Amino acid sequence: MKKAIIALEDGTCFEGRAFAGSGEFYGELVFNTSMTGYQEILTDPSYHGQIVTMTYPLIGNYGINDEDIESRGIFAQGLVVSECSRIHSNWRATKSLPDYLEENGKIGIDDVDTRAITLHIRDKGAMKCVISTEDLNKESLVAKAKASDGLIGRDLASEVSIDSSYVWPEGGKADAAYKVAVIDCGIKLNQLRILEELGCECTVYPNNTDAAAILAATPDGIFVSNGPGDPAGAPETTKLVGKLIESKVPMFGICFGHQMLGRALGADTFKLKFGHRGGNQPIQDLRTTKVEIASHNHGFCIDADTVNPDVAEITHINLNDNTVAGLKHKKQPLFCVQYHPEAAPGPHDPFYLFEEFIDLMKENK
Amino acid sequence: MPKRDDIHHILIIGSGPIVIGQACEFDYSGTQACKALREEGYTVSLINSNPATIMTDPATADRTYIEPITPEAIEKIIIREKPDAILPTLGGQTALNAAMKLVEQGILEKHGVEMIGATYDAIMRGEERELFKKAMTEINIETLRSYEVHDLTEAKRIATEELDFPIIVRPSFTLGGTGGGIAQNMEELMEIAEGGLKASLTTEVLLEESVFGWKEFEMEVMRDKKDNAVIICAIENMDPMGIHTGDSITVAPAQTLTDREYQIMRDASLAVLRIVGVETGGSNVQFCIHPETGRLAVIEMNPRVSRSSALASKATGFPIAKLAAKLACGYTLDELPNDITKETPACFEPSIDYVVTKLPRFTFEKFPSANPKLGVSMKSVGETMAIGRNFKESLQKAFRSLEIGVDGLDLKAEAKLNQDRLDDYLLTTCTERTIAIKSGLKKGYSLEKIQEMTHLDPWFIDQILQIVEIEKELIDATALDFDLLKYAKKNGFSDEQIGQLRGCKGNDIRALRKELGIFPVYSLVDTCAGEFAASTPYFYSTYGGQLDETRKTDKQSVIVLGSGPNRIGQGIEFDYSCVHTVKALREMGYEAIMVNSNPETVSTDYDTSDKLYFEPLTFEDVMNIYETEKPLGMIVQMGGQTPLNLADRLLEAGVPILGTSPKSIAAAEDRELFRQLLDKLELKQPESATARTFEEAEVIAHRIGFPVMIRPSFVLGGRAMMVAYEEEELEPFVNAAFAASPDHPVLIDRFLEHAIEVDVDLVCDGTDVYVGGVMEHVEEAGIHSGDSACSIPPYTLSDDMVNRIKTACTAMAMEIGVKGLMNAQIAVKDDDFYIIEVNPRASRTVPYVSKATNVPMANIATQVAMGVTLKELGLVGFEPKIEWYAVKEAVFPFNRFAGVDPILGPEMKSTGEVMGIDKNFELAFWKAQVAAGQILPTEGSVFLSAKDRDKDWIVEVGKNFSDLGFTLCATEGTAQALHNAGLEVSLTHKLSEDGSNVIDLMKEGGVQLLVNTPSGPVARVDEIKIRSEAILRGLPIVTTQSGAKASVKAIKYIAENNWDVKSIQEYHL
Repeated sequence: MKKAIIALEDGTCFEGRAFAGSGEFYGELVFNTSMTGYQEILTDPSYHGQIVTMTYPLIGNYGINDEDIESRGIFAQGLVVSECSRIHSNWRATKSLPDYLEENGKIGIDDVDTRAITLHIRDKGAMKCVISTEDLNKESLVAKAKASDGLIGRDLASEVSIDSSYVWPEGGKADAAYKVAVIDCGIKLNQLRILEELGCECTVYPNNTDAAAILAATPDGIFVSNGPGDPAGAPETTKLVGKLIESKVPMFGICFGHQMLGRALGADTFKLKFGHRGGNQPIQDLRTTKVEIASHNHGFCIDADTVNPDVAEITHINLNDNTVAGLKHKKQPLFCVQYHPEAAPGPHDPFYLFEEFIDLMKENK
Repeated sequence: MPKRDDIHHILIIGSGPIVIGQACEFDYSGTQACKALREEGYTVSLINSNPATIMTDPATADRTYIEPITPEAIEKIIIREKPDAILPTLGGQTALNAAMKLVEQGILEKHGVEMIGATYDAIMRGEERELFKKAMTEINIETLRSYEVHDLTEAKRIATEELDFPIIVRPSFTLGGTGGGIAQNMEELMEIAEGGLKASLTTEVLLEESVFGWKEFEMEVMRDKKDNAVIICAIENMDPMGIHTGDSITVAPAQTLTDREYQIMRDASLAVLRIVGVETGGSNVQFCIHPETGRLAVIEMNPRVSRSSALASKATGFPIAKLAAKLACGYTLDELPNDITKETPACFEPSIDYVVTKLPRFTFEKFPSANPKLGVSMKSVGETMAIGRNFKESLQKAFRSLEIGVDGLDLKAEAKLNQDRLDDYLLTTCTERTIAIKSGLKKGYSLEKIQEMTHLDPWFIDQILQIVEIEKELIDATALDFDLLKYAKKNGFSDEQIGQLRGCKGNDIRALRKELGIFPVYSLVDTCAGEFAASTPYFYSTYGGQLDETRKTDKQSVIVLGSGPNRIGQGIEFDYSCVHTVKALREMGYEAIMVNSNPETVSTDYDTSDKLYFEPLTFEDVMNIYETEKPLGMIVQMGGQTPLNLADRLLEAGVPILGTSPKSIAAAEDRELFRQLLDKLELKQPESATARTFEEAEVIAHRIGFPVMIRPSFVLGGRAMMVAYEEEELEPFVNAAFAASPDHPVLIDRFLEHAIEVDVDLVCDGTDVYVGGVMEHVEEAGIHSGDSACSIPPYTLSDDMVNRIKTACTAMAMEIGVKGLMNAQIAVKDDDFYIIEVNPRASRTVPYVSKATNVPMANIATQVAMGVTLKELGLVGFEPKIEWYAVKEAVFPFNRFAGVDPILGPEMKSTGEVMGIDKNFELAFWKAQVAAGQILPTEGSVFLSAKDRDKDWIVEVGKNFSDLGFTLCATEGTAQALHNAGLEVSLTHKLSEDGSNVIDLMKEGGVQLLVNTPSGPVARVDEIKIRSEAILRGLPIVTTQSGAKASVKAIKYIAENNWDVKSIQEYHL
């Protein structure tokens, strides 16, 4: 196995070895505390432009299967783990993690102190990094990391959205109760699977679609998906979402979609030091004070102070740091959450939010 | 919703004595609960019969009742203390069962006491199989196909019509599945079901489809009254279904499930919790998953904290019991902080960034006639846990933490196997299986073959294969270079283990390792995988990291070495002493650093010490901590044999040993040196000599005179010790002793027949001695002191004798040079006393003495070890005023080991102890018997049976019972003797004869008490049957003369007098 170096923009380097792939890979180095779900994480388009460190040290144990795929391929640039299992064992597994990374042209690094990386990021913040198996000169790599494009201000959602619209499920859903327009900012397929399961036929649109075209199809509801990058870097998507809000069609947004709705309603977003990534985050519903454990994957967040109380109500907060986790429009059938009710990976506690979206469409039909 | 202010006083029920299936994890949970509730301002009363617990320390609760855990005793406490609520979910099955009876008998309602933490209905739904299954059907969660039966006819019908063999038999309402098993055919089914029906409090067993070989998981769940529910930990059993989870190697977190499967199990766990109706607190839900289809079924749930929740707490850093107590009094999870981060709430799910492995510890060597095959009934007596960055490191650390003479999954472990029987080990659920897997892989068995034989998930087998491959690399390498050594260390290889492979000493590897700069780092257990800063110093070592997180302070520190996994002879008593040591050090201003590997204990609660290192207690692991922390020194006299075994090497390596020096300890253990010491002090010892041949033994026996005690040398815990009363017994016993320890001499001592045994615990500071307790044993000398009942103060010895013993012990302590605790065992015969044994260290009786006398012995010994004098402590010339009797009684695991003769002897067999305390010996003894499960009857029929040598006293005892109004029955010889003495006695047939025998009588309820002494050292099969039957039926059985006499006294007293309860705090006023 090839030696590899992970170089961070602040000059810190970690040595490991490549268990899959080779070459040079750039991205923001982040960590995820989920102990399971690496396949879903790798295929989540929100990780576009990022390199993911798994805090759980043993990864790859159960291999890769044909079902737990969240998009058309791997979006994370690379995966950093402590120890990649050399065999995989699970009745659903069809291939190994190293093979999967190789096939997708990504890099996997192991034999690294992932706790050291995690604590470094926790203390210093998520930062630009490069992983290389070719250039092993630390100085040169640090310089490359510094010079690389960061996430700030970049419209990454547009890089992962689709080129043209399509219908989910394929061929349409004959007995669909609702027609939902889905704005794909880097959608995880489980969002579509759940909507389908709850009786929706979805038309999935690229995030640069004209609002009029979407509304022309008279959807019962509009769903804005998750996606990667800095919400401030996607003003066109914000504008599109703003126009859709004006239609007063019931709307639901998740993660990046939540940030788009928030920004369209006048709130600002900011970058969290190292983000929230994991399946164990406590979210409190301020209306009931009940807590749900939810899957998270975001590096940016809506600034609570900029939410206009006349326009929107903060419905959910993350109890770990009291950041905004959910919003609801004061007058319109519109709500959104920062976290992932579709799980995959993660707990199913917030599944009810999809049902609330259905109820909203039902009430407004 | 903050805490409730409508309740002020809470009664907590403890778990009683340590038994298999219920060990010190409930001291941990109970102590946490007391702390948590008092922190909230509640008054806490508690009942627990186990004096060896931290929970029953007078400082832990406001009112501590060391009383038998029975509804009667609890009602008396309720009447005296008038608590508003009772919390039964932190004291294991014992507390839950007691609480159920309190409800059923209307006691709680009568006194207006609310049950908190769980409701009666929820407990019923969790515990009653049919109710549980019905609830599971409601939420569409599959359970195993099963049928509840109440008699053997029903069982036969189910096995014929409904289920295919193999069939699992699970009794309801028992500890750890006592009496359960897997039946392969009708004959086995009848046998196992019969045992199960007897073991079940409700005469009910479940016959269940076999899921042998399926993957097994446990989920530790918490819920609050607002319905917030979280998973604290998922535990995967490396040993698949078929071995009780308490006997399985278990791993946290789950290793072989995808997130999708994990989340299905998570949803199911929460649904189970909700439908069962656990409103607040922790629960444990067990699942099995078919390895090829993923079919998931729930096995069972425990609506209370459990052994697994203690493990989960230590594995994650999330204090389940503490939180459960707070939730029970009204808090919700979001209102409580995460104990470790302090900044984030407790309402979250821990994420861990290491691997935790738990290994069970067995003691089959103590019960040679027990079936060592593992099954659905738990047989292990302790456990150890290890943390590593990868599974191999974690597994190998766990193996060396077991303290079974192996240094990891090493060559020594393999050498214990009979390699010709490898397939047998692999095909049966035995304790050797994991090691056999390694041997099998080395022999060339493929992973698939091993999987087929053992049903282990291939992932685990491959991990062991990796260990095999590294072992080979270590053997084959021409020289150990940095890369290979580092690689081996990362995968958990110990210095000793590498030394074995390289043909050199562990110390050589240690030196090389240091030269190459290979050191472990210490990482934090922080509940959150590093996402937030942790304030709690709870560490584990790993070679798989580069970042060391230890924290240096300016304080002088002291390392306290714990006692490792529980085993017979070394259990909770030593953890008690360690916890006291840590507390004493902290009170004195030192930084107390605890090192231990037992997840069940209070000492491994990160709240107990200033720093906790959860590490194996080996020279290598301890030295690494020493070199990192650079403490003043180490205290090794508190943790039993475990730290003492390391003392010499530690001293040699330059570690200051605080307190009694290892040299003094060795002097007391060396027979010759000790003899010289006694000669010097003019103290007597039973005459003894060593023999190398039978002929020598014969000469010695004749010189000393019969009876003689015969024992092999170099064996532990009284293995193969026997008393020969006459000439013809000599040869077989001596030969047996030679066989037990070949090539070593046999020790022959004069056996002091009918001598009274006395235990003494004292503290010596080099100038003065404080004798904390003189304990008079109830059983005669010759029965292991750990298995004897004993009394403080002595109940027959004269003051003069007690004073002479104290003087002798004082002299010995001074002469040995004790700085700290010392225990002496002495036999009193007529007007003489003989020194049997002296151990200059904490003994098993330290907690009992401390509670009986209200003088904290371990605390004092610690202060003395740190240089404080007894004079300064005001203990010179101090005599505790004891106006009561405290009787300790041992508790045995015989009900776990069918076919094992439940008699007492020189080899220790008890797992735990209870204490009875009252104004006189009779009541204290009676309470101790009741607490130990020996409910002495006040009327009915007594069965008497004794060998000829015992006929004299059995007649006396028979007369006493007759006077008390009991009817007597006996087998021929004994009946004749009783009849000759003019007593009315009915004759029962021997088991071999036709007609109604004593076993039939027991079944019909015709016997309430048995007095049955062994006919000889090798008991006859029918005697064992009788005694085993009594144990299974829970009938009181007495097997010694002194036990019988004390029982008669107690029965007489209790028949004529009332009894009451009283808290330790009131005794100690």
